[in-house]
Amino acid sequence: MSEVLTAIMLLAGALLILIGAIGAVRMPDLLLRMHATTKAGALGAGLIAVASGIYFTSPEVSVRAVAILAFVVLTAPVAAHMIGRAGYFTGAPLWEKTLKDELRDNLDRTGHYLHSGSPQEPGDDNDSQRQ
Amino acid sequence: MEWVAVATLLILVLALALTGVRLVLGPSLADRVVALELIALIAVAIMVVYAIQVGRPAFMDVALVLALTAFMATVGFARFLERGGKTDE
Repeated sequence: MSEVLTAIMLLAGALLILIGAIGAVRMPDLLLRMHATTKAGALGAGLIAVASGIYFTSPEVSVRAVAILAFVVLTAPVAAHMIGRAGYFTGAPLWEKTLKDELRDNLDRTGHYLHSGSPQEPGDDNDSQRQ
Repeated sequence: MEWVAVATLLILVLALALTGVRLVLGPSLADRVVALELIALIAVAIMVVYAIQVGRPAFMDVALVLALTAFMATVGFARFLERGGKTDE
């Protein structure tokens, strides 16, 4: 029974990682590529870690499997956020069919400073002068 | 059980090759960092599957340590990109 469960989880995890890799090659821009790799890759690696925890029945191996699962699931969103932010700030081009990029007008690229509301007028680029 | 491990490894190696294509193609450094992160994740999965295949749970420790260091490498690359790397514009 546990062998069958292990086999199913191993194959499902590997196929999810393969989907993530196909997305990394086929998707048109950085953010869409991260959308494919981060979620499918983390879920696939987590499934494979859980499969090993089921296969080795001893508790010390299961603890390691749970540790790998927790670490992958906890760090994948943080790493994706940091790369996405860095890629956006360094001007990675978006797909030409992108419909909305509301952040672009509110981004002061020199100081890594974001402000909300309507975009500032030219010549009014210093917040301290306005007060 | 044996052929399942071999089939899983074959699928993972195919995914590794596809990610290598993205690593070579780029075009920006952030794309390559995304590809490197996925390669580290696939390496973790390969180590876990290998531990199952040969029946030695000691390889799980290697996978755990690699998962830890890959996250640190990704964070380092992201900080480098934001604080002083070359920009595309």
